[in-house]
Amino acid sequence: MELAIAIILGCCAVGAGLALIAGIGPGIGEGYAVGQACAAIGRQPESRGQVTSTMIMGCAIAETTGIYGLVIGILLIFVAPNIFVGILQKAIGA
Amino acid sequence: MSEKTKFRIVDGLLIAMMILPFVAGIVLKILFTPESEGISITGAIVFFEIKMPLQPLQITEAQVNSWLVMVFLVGLCLYLTHGIKVVPDSRRQHVAEWIVEKVEALVSDNMGDKYMAFAPFIAAVLGMSAFSSLSSLLGLFPPTSDLNVVFGWSILVFIIITHYKLKGGVWNYTKGYFEPIPVFAPMNVIGEIATPVSMAFRHFGNVLSGVVISTLIHAALGGLSNVLRVGIPAVFSLYFDIFSGLIQAYIFAMLTMLYISNGFPEEAYEKRMKKKAERERRRREAAALVENK
Repeated sequence: MELAIAIILGCCAVGAGLALIAGIGPGIGEGYAVGQACAAIGRQPESRGQVTSTMIMGCAIAETTGIYGLVIGILLIFVAPNIFVGILQKAIGA
Repeated sequence: MSEKTKFRIVDGLLIAMMILPFVAGIVLKILFTPESEGISITGAIVFFEIKMPLQPLQITEAQVNSWLVMVFLVGLCLYLTHGIKVVPDSRRQHVAEWIVEKVEALVSDNMGDKYMAFAPFIAAVLGMSAFSSLSSLLGLFPPTSDLNVVFGWSILVFIIITHYKLKGGVWNYTKGYFEPIPVFAPMNVIGEIATPVSMAFRHFGNVLSGVVISTLIHAALGGLSNVLRVGIPAVFSLYFDIFSGLIQAYIFAMLTMLYISNGFPEEAYEKRMKKKAERERRRREAAALVENK
């Protein structure tokens, strides 16, 4: 029983770590977006305000996928172990 | 009692209406938080349950806090518009006018002048979302970090979007799912469902991550020494609570506006209205003919 619970906890932690791989995509995307925004401001400094607000909005939308990963990670650490252990105990009948 | 005293008393009541909800929220939080050692990350506290046929209806902290924010917003609006005049002479009227002008400019920039009737709704969404996220600064449970609250909003927005899409006729709406080729139908359906889900998760995830990270920072600093807990978490909450919360409120409102104005099929709507007017005209002519006979 202890071994099973230990495996559940360990796998939840590993899964949470793996879920955070989702952070790579938004990182690259947002970096590219900010780079392009900098280039745009360099070309047309007078459009700075508009470019900045559009960029922040685009960044926040691009961040969504990363946030999904984060939500899954948080769920795996704080919520999932209890549920999984409960399921296990029910299945064993303990 | 002179006019001025009356005015002052109403002002005082409105200010109390703005402050008391948050005091009530803090008192409720203190009363209902279970005693525990250290810092724990939990969902919303369930205040009480009401027995319902299917499943007990839980009144949670998130709901109560969002009602408190609503009361605060009503109080704020009444306070800002209390004693408005044609020629503004008070500071609060300037603030109120500035807010209205900003929201109307936002709506007309992003949706066009046809949709000006949406300005109050957008302002309500913005204010509700922003102040819900900001309420975490007072130590309250921010309602936006509960998925149910945000999902409710996004379902409301989804209903409005679908309503506007249906304005071009049911046939036009159904046809939209089979474009560009009929094989895309399942993907289009998934895309349609993904709209409210992604809106809700984006907002909820950002605020929740802010709450979790600031709690973790708080706990970590407390582990080192209790002195470090003062002040340093505030710096992080500047980003995670204020910046992130406000940006998400802005994005939620922005996406609402864009989805509504993009979903409205203008040509189909005009065609349908023309057809309707034509039918109406013919019906009336026929009725007139019958009457003349």
